[in-house]
Amino acid sequence: MQPLWQREDFWRKAAIFVTAGMAVVLILLTFDSMAKSSAGKGLVPAFAVINQQIDYRFDDARNMRVPVVEGEQLLFGKRLTEAEAEALVSHGKKTVQAKNCMDCHTLLGNGAYFAPDLTKAWLDPQWEGMETLTETDTREAAMAAFLEHPSHYATQDRVMPELKITPSEARAVVAFLKWMSAIDTNGFPANFDPHAEED
Amino acid sequence: MAAFDSSRLNGWQQLAIKYFFVAIVLFGAQVLFGMLAGLQYVKPDLLQQAVPFSITRIVHINAMVVWLLYGFLGSVYWLLEDESGVPVVGLKLGNLAFYLLTAAVVVVVVVYLFIQIGPGNDLTRWLITEGREYIEAPRWADIGIVVCALIFYYNVAATFMKGRFSGISGVLTLDLIALAGLYLAGMFYQVNISHDQYWWWWVIHLWVEATWEVLVGCILAWGLMTILGTRREIVTTWLYVEVVLMLGSGILGLGHHYFWIGMPDYWLKIGGFFSALEPIPLVAMVVHSVYDSGEHRLRNINHPAFAWFIAHTMGNFFGAGVWGFMQTLPQINLYTHGTQWTASHGHVAFWGAYVTIVVPMVYLALQKGRGNVWMGSGLVGAWRWKWALTLQALGTVGMAMCLLIAGYVQSFTERAVGGSTWEAYFHAQTQPWFTQAMHWRMVFGVIFSLGFLLLAWDLVAIGVGERRPAEALPPREEAAAAA
Repeated sequence: MQPLWQREDFWRKAAIFVTAGMAVVLILLTFDSMAKSSAGKGLVPAFAVINQQIDYRFDDARNMRVPVVEGEQLLFGKRLTEAEAEALVSHGKKTVQAKNCMDCHTLLGNGAYFAPDLTKAWLDPQWEGMETLTETDTREAAMAAFLEHPSHYATQDRVMPELKITPSEARAVVAFLKWMSAIDTNGFPANFDPHAEED
Repeated sequence: MAAFDSSRLNGWQQLAIKYFFVAIVLFGAQVLFGMLAGLQYVKPDLLQQAVPFSITRIVHINAMVVWLLYGFLGSVYWLLEDESGVPVVGLKLGNLAFYLLTAAVVVVVVVYLFIQIGPGNDLTRWLITEGREYIEAPRWADIGIVVCALIFYYNVAATFMKGRFSGISGVLTLDLIALAGLYLAGMFYQVNISHDQYWWWWVIHLWVEATWEVLVGCILAWGLMTILGTRREIVTTWLYVEVVLMLGSGILGLGHHYFWIGMPDYWLKIGGFFSALEPIPLVAMVVHSVYDSGEHRLRNINHPAFAWFIAHTMGNFFGAGVWGFMQTLPQINLYTHGTQWTASHGHVAFWGAYVTIVVPMVYLALQKGRGNVWMGSGLVGAWRWKWALTLQALGTVGMAMCLLIAGYVQSFTERAVGGSTWEAYFHAQTQPWFTQAMHWRMVFGVIFSLGFLLLAWDLVAIGVGERRPAEALPPREEAAAAA
C-alpha cells in the first residue's frame, strides 16, 4: 500500500477540492471588493469629486500620503451632477483607451513604461510650468492644450505623438485624470508628494 | 532524404502543423517589433509619429500572446489523438476555426499598424482598439476569438468523451473551460478604472499565472511520456500535485495586482501571501523533470525537444518563480510596480515558461512529419538547434538583467529619492545607468534575434539529411514493469 502522499487518487481529489475552494473564496472576495470599490465607496471617489479641490497629504495614522478632498474647485468652471460627471469621466476613459495611452503610460501602475505614470497626473507639479508654456491660466486648461498638441509643448527627447485629440476629448481626459488622482492607491506611487518643492 | 511529408500525418496533426507554422511567423513578428520598441528607447525620434512606441509595443506583445496561443492549440491538437486513442471529432470545424482565427489576426494587425487609433467612442473599441494593455484587440475580434475557442473546446471535449479519458485529458478539458471562460471577464466596458482593472487582471493573471501554467503542465506531462517514456502514473500524479500547488497559490495570488488599484486593504495581505507561494509548484516541476531525466539516464528520442523541455523547467522556475517573487510583496512592489522590473520579469518569464514549451512540441511534430527520423546524438546539423537555444537563453537572460538594472535605477532615483513625480521619472530615464542598460538590452536583443533566425532555419532543415529511424524507447508498460 503506497503512502497517501504518493497516491494518484489522493492528489486528484486534492486538485479538485483545492481548486474549487480557492475559486469559491475568490468569487466571495470579488462580490465584497466590487461592493467596496464602486464610485463613492471605500478608496474610490464619486465621479462628482471633479467639482472639488483634490490635495495629497501625509496621513500619520496610515504612514502614507493620501488624497484629501476639500472645497469646491470646478473643472473648466462648470459644476456637474454625479451623472454628468460620470458621463464626462467615461468619455475621458474611452478616449484614453482609443488612443492606446496605456501602451506608453501606466494607469494605477499598469501599462507600459515609456512615459510617466498617470495615476496622480492631475496633481503633478509639472503642470505649473506647463501653464506658462501653453499660455493658459489654469491647470485644466494647460493639460487640455498639451493633450491637443503635445508635440508643440515638448520638454523631453521622448515626444508624445499627435493623437488627434479633439478639444472635447481633451477636456474629458482631464476630467478622467482628475477623478483618478482622487483614488486612494495605498501610497502608490511611492513617496509621491506634489508639495515637495514648496517644502 | 527526409523531407517534410504531410501524408505521414493524420488530419489533426496536419492542423497542428498549420498552427505551428503561423506561431513561428508571429514569433518572428514579436522579435522584429520588440527590436523596434527597444530601439525607440535608445533613439526616441525613430518612427515617432508613423509607428509610435505604443504601436510597436502592442504588436510586440500581442504577437507573443497570439503565437503562444497558436503554439498551445497546435500542441493540444498534436497530442489529442494519441492521448484519447480515437480519431479526433470535428476536423472540418477545426480547420474552419484555424482559417477564421488567422484571418482575424491578420486584420487586427493591419488595423493596429495602419489605423492605430480612433476617436474616444464605443465604435473605436469595437472596430480599432480596446486600448487595454495585452488585450487591445477590438471587440469584434474578441467575439471571433471566443467562437474559435468554443470550436477548439468542442474538438477536445468531444474527442475525449468518445475515447480514453485520462488524468491529463481531465485536467486539460477543465483547464480549457477556465481558459475560454476567463477571456469573457475582459470583454465589457467599465467607467470605474478600479473595477476595470480588477476584471482585466482576471484575464491576464488567471491566464498567465494559472490556466496557462496548468496547460503547460499537461503538455509537459505528455511530452515526458513521449520523449523519455516516463510512466503515465508518475506524470499524472505530478500533474495533480502541480495543479494543487499552482491553483492553490495562483488563484488568490491574483491579489498581488490589487495592491494599488483602489481595492480593499485585505488584498495586500492575501495577494502578498499567496503570490509568495507561487514559485513552489515551479520548484516541484524542476524536481520532477530532474528526477525523470535521471531515472531514464537522459535517454530520449528527440534531443532538441528534450533540451528545450529542460530549459522550460529551469526557465519557468527562474523567470516566473524567482523573478516574480522578487517583487511580489507589497513592501517591495510599491517601489517596483510600473517600472522596468516588470519588463525584466516579463521577458524572462514568458521565454522561460512558454516559448520553451511550444518549441519542443514543434520539434516533436517535425520529427514525425519527416518520417520519424533520428533526432538523437550525432544528428546532422545539430549545431543549429544547440546554438539557437543557447543564443535565445543568453539573449533573454541578458535582456532581463539589463531591464532589471534599469528598474533598480527607477526604484531608487524616481521612486525612493525623486518622489515619483514626472520630473523624477524623466530624471531616472536619463540616468547613465538607465541609458546604458537600454543600450546593452539592444545588444542582447540582437543575440536573441540571431537565436530566433537560427531556430527558424533549424525548423526548416532539421532531420532533412537523416536516414536513420528514431530511437525506439521501451513501451510504457515495459518501463512500468521494469520500474
